[in-house]
Amino acid sequence: MRIVAEHLSYIYNAKTPFATTALDDVTLTVEEGEFFGVIGHTGSGKSTFVQHLNGLLRPPVRKRGKKRGPAKLMVGEFDLTDKKTDLRALRRRVGMVFQYPESQLFAETVFDDVAFGYKNFAEKKPEAGEVERAVKEAIEIVGLDYERVKGMSPFDLSGGQKRRAAIAGVIVTKPEILILDEPAAGLDPLGKREVMALLNKLKQSWCKTVIVVSHDMDEIAENCTRVAVFSEGKVKYVLPPAELFQHTEELLALGLDVPLTAKLVRALKERGVAIDCNYTMEDFIAKVLAYKGGVC
Amino acid sequence: MLKDVSFGQYYPVKSFVHNLDPRLKILFLIGYIVAIFLAKEFLALGACAAVLLLAVLFARIPVGKVMRAVRGILFLVLFTAAINVFFHGGDAVYWNAPAVLWEWKIFRVTQAGIVFSAFLALRLFLLVICSSLLTYTTTPVSLTDGLESLLTPLKWVRFPVHELALIMSIALRFIPILMDETERIMNAQKARGAALDSGGPAKRVKAIVPVLIPLLLSAFRRADELGDAMDARCYSGGKSRVKYKKLRFSWRDLLAFALLAALIAGVSVMRFFPVFPL
Repeated sequence: MRIVAEHLSYIYNAKTPFATTALDDVTLTVEEGEFFGVIGHTGSGKSTFVQHLNGLLRPPVRKRGKKRGPAKLMVGEFDLTDKKTDLRALRRRVGMVFQYPESQLFAETVFDDVAFGYKNFAEKKPEAGEVERAVKEAIEIVGLDYERVKGMSPFDLSGGQKRRAAIAGVIVTKPEILILDEPAAGLDPLGKREVMALLNKLKQSWCKTVIVVSHDMDEIAENCTRVAVFSEGKVKYVLPPAELFQHTEELLALGLDVPLTAKLVRALKERGVAIDCNYTMEDFIAKVLAYKGGVC
Repeated sequence: MLKDVSFGQYYPVKSFVHNLDPRLKILFLIGYIVAIFLAKEFLALGACAAVLLLAVLFARIPVGKVMRAVRGILFLVLFTAAINVFFHGGDAVYWNAPAVLWEWKIFRVTQAGIVFSAFLALRLFLLVICSSLLTYTTTPVSLTDGLESLLTPLKWVRFPVHELALIMSIALRFIPILMDETERIMNAQKARGAALDSGGPAKRVKAIVPVLIPLLLSAFRRADELGDAMDARCYSGGKSRVKYKKLRFSWRDLLAFALLAALIAGVSVMRFFPVFPL
């Protein structure tokens, strides 16, 4: 499913003294099969943008007989400016993992919690083994031991396990597009690496497109095919990381961080060593080792 | 943010009414309610309405906002008015028509009934508007400050005034946070296909559970964290604490006080010497 957004704007609390513009004329396309990164400051509109993608927030809906506004949002064949769009069908195919997803756990057992989404989205009453098979698959793909955790209360799991269980609860319907808001926030470095590895695994198996909102530029540089930079509700750049992080100065000026590799490249450049890499750690190390020239 | 939770929400503009002392505003509210109930005829109630209208104008609150507060109790008002129209009875004559306009079994629509219902409806509207005006123009913090200050005499009978004010301000402070939290959790469950905005009433009630449980959990967690944070800063109640903002009376307060005193005096006089009795 391809995502096409044109002239998308969104104002919270419109027409009150609290009104704040979260999105300002955003035009953006995400192709099927991308590992798409979304970065930006707190309040830059990135979360607002991704919430549009499964209909939690809506662009102005077209009214009958009236000309529609400039905003356009297509997710696959779903037209989000059409009032009659089947949001349930959309949400089954566009999975959304919110920040700190463990706060959405509620059921008595991990099994019930993961099954919640599956049952909600089932077209008809699922057959006996069907739910169990889907839940088992989902729990196993996120790397939890199905037999051990299925009967446990989700609140007895450890922090990292809770997050995995919560992610399992979203991907249980095998969505084609998976959106994650800061999936690794609050985890230790090992937990972060594991979550990113999980995303890559999901990308290769269940979900064709993965969209990640993140603050961690290293994650972005290592994993994404393209990155959108949000600032004050506008899209500043949409580039592959290899090109984006050449704009290190501009990103720093926007108050954003850059990956460690970009910082190293910058420091080396100041000392007269030009390294041209795609900003993944692996490539950077290879290029440095291959560097032939004067050493400062 | 959850939409349309305007009831009792602070409306941030600068105005004469916003700047009044919160203690006085609370007393004004009580005084005004007394005046409304002292009023026994339309002239007196009209005077009350005029004063309130003045207050709303000086508070610079949009009329739509005020009306929204009224909308919440519209059903209640219409219901009581309807009951009164049919059952009030009475044989007074106000305009050129028979006293009893319509009669069927136990229902009796009389002129007195209609007039009385209108009076009652107006009184209820004024009640709601004046109390929401207080919360529109006073931040929760100054409201609790005012309340604490007003309740100070109760300390003599060992009533925990400061603790009560603290509980109130914490509760008020956490309303927006919990609202945000609720919205977040609702969104997360909607994304998992929860039928929160579709389906029949029974289905919707059942769909609340996945929202309520995480919300309760997080509320308890926040309460624990707040308690720990207060402990860590050696918080120890009301003794020897000073206020960041001292409450002071000003000429505005005197002016408003004079207006309200005149209203109460006028209405009380009219109660005993009615001009146009109902």
